[in-house]
Amino acid sequence: MLRTIGRRLLLLVPTLFGLTLLLFFWVRALPGGPAVALLGERATPERVAEINELYGFNEPLIAQYFTWLGQLLQGNFGVSIQTQRPVTEEFLRRFPATLELTFFAIILAVGLGITIGYWAARRQGKPADHFAVFASLIGITIPVFFLGVILKWIFAVQLGWLPSDGRQDPRLDATHYTNFYVFDGIITGEWDAAWDAFLHLVLPGIALATIPLAIITRITRASVLEVQNSDYVRTGMAKGISRGTIRGRFILRNSLLPVVTTIGLQFGLLLSGAILTESVFAYPGIGSFLSRAIFTRDYPVLQGFILFIAVIYALINLAVDVSYSFIDPRVRVQ
Amino acid sequence: MLHTARRRWLTAAATVAVGAVVLTACASQREDGGGDDNASGDVDTTFVFGASGDPASLDPAFASDGETFRVARQMFEGLVGTEPGTADPAPLLAKSWEQPDDTTYVFTLEEDVKFHDGTDFNAEAVCFNFDRQNAFTGVAASQSMAYYWGVIMRGFGEESIYEGCTADDDYQVTITLRQPFAGFIPALSLPSFSIQSPAALEEYGADEIGGTEEAPVQSEYGQGHPTGTGPFVFESISPGEQTVLTANPDYWGEQGVVEEVIFRVIGDTTARRQALEAGSIDGYDLVAPADLQSLEDAGFSLVNRDPFNVLYLGMNQAAPGLSDPKVRQAIAHAVDKDALITQVLPEGTVAATQFMPEAVIGWNEDVTQYEYDPEAAQALLAEAGYSEANPLTITFNYPVNISRPYMPNPEQIFTNLQSQLEAVGIVLNPVTNEWVEYLDLIQGGTEHGIHLLGWTGDYNDPDNFVGTFFGLPTNEWGFDNAELFQALTEARGLATEEEQESAYAAINEQIMEFLPGVPLAHPVPTLAFDARVTSYPASPVQDEVYNLVELSE
Repeated sequence: MLRTIGRRLLLLVPTLFGLTLLLFFWVRALPGGPAVALLGERATPERVAEINELYGFNEPLIAQYFTWLGQLLQGNFGVSIQTQRPVTEEFLRRFPATLELTFFAIILAVGLGITIGYWAARRQGKPADHFAVFASLIGITIPVFFLGVILKWIFAVQLGWLPSDGRQDPRLDATHYTNFYVFDGIITGEWDAAWDAFLHLVLPGIALATIPLAIITRITRASVLEVQNSDYVRTGMAKGISRGTIRGRFILRNSLLPVVTTIGLQFGLLLSGAILTESVFAYPGIGSFLSRAIFTRDYPVLQGFILFIAVIYALINLAVDVSYSFIDPRVRVQ
Repeated sequence: MLHTARRRWLTAAATVAVGAVVLTACASQREDGGGDDNASGDVDTTFVFGASGDPASLDPAFASDGETFRVARQMFEGLVGTEPGTADPAPLLAKSWEQPDDTTYVFTLEEDVKFHDGTDFNAEAVCFNFDRQNAFTGVAASQSMAYYWGVIMRGFGEESIYEGCTADDDYQVTITLRQPFAGFIPALSLPSFSIQSPAALEEYGADEIGGTEEAPVQSEYGQGHPTGTGPFVFESISPGEQTVLTANPDYWGEQGVVEEVIFRVIGDTTARRQALEAGSIDGYDLVAPADLQSLEDAGFSLVNRDPFNVLYLGMNQAAPGLSDPKVRQAIAHAVDKDALITQVLPEGTVAATQFMPEAVIGWNEDVTQYEYDPEAAQALLAEAGYSEANPLTITFNYPVNISRPYMPNPEQIFTNLQSQLEAVGIVLNPVTNEWVEYLDLIQGGTEHGIHLLGWTGDYNDPDNFVGTFFGLPTNEWGFDNAELFQALTEARGLATEEEQESAYAAINEQIMEFLPGVPLAHPVPTLAFDARVTSYPASPVQDEVYNLVELSE
């Protein structure tokens, strides 16, 4: 097991190296550049040249790439051109926000997805099943920003039940230790602040959870259908094993393997889905910062943030693979 | 027993799911940022403004964008302010000033003013600030940092037009320039020339721009210790989230009712509107024209600024056909500015006759105008050798997914102009780009035809408009007009406003005869507020300080 993990981690090195190349040249292929974005209407060629000179963007690309790589190896991810703060600092400041939102969305998607998927499969062919399939199709196809605006319009603007943007009402003046606002509110005993932060998670969380929820529902349903029609389930029924055992140990547990894979993949997708969702809900995480960085061509932020996300994504995938072996002993043998 | 154990996690999953649904569906009885945090019904003295971004730096010397200025104006003051509702200079930290000769300015200062750190504002503090900025080198002196000192003082150190500053006594200061510059006083109303506490600047290493040449890192001062004389004191900043200021109890001027100012960062225009509708902010800037009516109908108050901008249709003379003055005149005659304004621009927008708004020094009442006259346009095109069989074909560049104060809705502006130009037989080839790419295309290369762009003035200075556009040969306009360049260079060095007035009036006429582009309109920028905001000090140059905001509930 440990050897497998070690091997996977080693494989990560060439992967990330390849990614740095791709990232660097993709970012520089974006039309315009940080100098133009910074200067706006004042972007005359002379002024653009001056700023490019300042940041070393007029060096040959290969030289720039190796300079950046050399800095990376020393753990230096550079400085944001827009905010003039170190990229690592910007990432760490915002990551808890995104993590909090992502966790909320994943709990929503997994909890509801497995429940609905299982429930639909057990009623295969009935109206409830058709409805679940149809709803998940809608969930997959509806664009996040559209859903976000609609959700806000209904629940924040028209009904006034939920906040429309941000992470917490600034008037509360809450104390933050960990930057996980709900958790901070709980540990400091500021229940108002915790509740307020939780309410701020609801709408963006639903918008972010929609696609993974739909996918998990469908995968669970398909997987349960496959398992419940398999020979060993029929044998078990014939032997008179209790219904509960068959449902829990036979069907559900064996249906979960593809679902776990999906959850791992979804987690990575959630990080990218956060870019749109956070922008719509003015939620101050890495997503909204990244989308701004694309607009302002903030090279160091684009490169650094996407690298961080890639590493997180790779580690989650590794964790998913490891968790298989606990769910399905056959994987361990392979 | 076993039976239930096996069902346990299914139940758990269901509970999580149901719980989430219930929580969502459950109407929260709490206030969600809408206002009254006190039940007594008193006025809520927190004013929450929806900003489109963070301030780039808290040190106004390095400020050059609207959002940074917006925050800086609450905490800082300069020697010179503006007359409320105009772009004209007015006393602020300087009670009065005199100009004994072309290059000398003597300022008499307000007394008994203190910085937020309790130190005294005096003549020495003024000189400290001017000397500090002139001494910037390296990164600090770059276009991306101390932009305005570099532009207005034409450089740093020995290269700048700033010669020196002397404290004659505690409350009198003399500033000398190396050459006459009529725009000096109005320029001082920019937040970039705010007077900051010398003690705080030194204590928090304001000039220590860290990092490397390639990657400047803000100073400790610029990240969290701004110290001025203004009505609000810095409290905290959470980048990407909000900046919080509190009322300055020792403010020397009018205190006002607002005790706390919160700038919430909401980057997306739709999100800002929804935040106002949902009650999480009290107001926001640059309302999209499409939202004006619905906001007004919903009971929000709209506040217009007098426009201090210009939107124009630029013509690149390097593109085929556009170097012919007849073609440019034809395009000008083909444009129906009034139709454009009534159909797609905000109410109150006025048509532009020249490349600056009326409030600017040197605006010329009698400038040559090109009335909307499709027949004249067609006749001019025929004279230039175009016909139905051989129509004038040009590229029309415009940006998408961007809203600027002078250009709230480029897509609609384009569509409107397109139909007008096609009506006189011009064949258009529309090319769209995202904003940064668009700027790069227009300013950085020659591959463009006619295009939409504009400018919002920073302060009352004609050079800030026409000098910026036509002072040098550029890719944007693609012409070389030595006479015009010369006139603008000379006008920039004039010593008094009277001299400027006549020089720029002549220049405006010269420009409109030459017709490098068609000035279209001065669109009205609009702010939207919650009904509880009963008064907001709108200013054409955004000199809006929140001690003058009035709240009713």
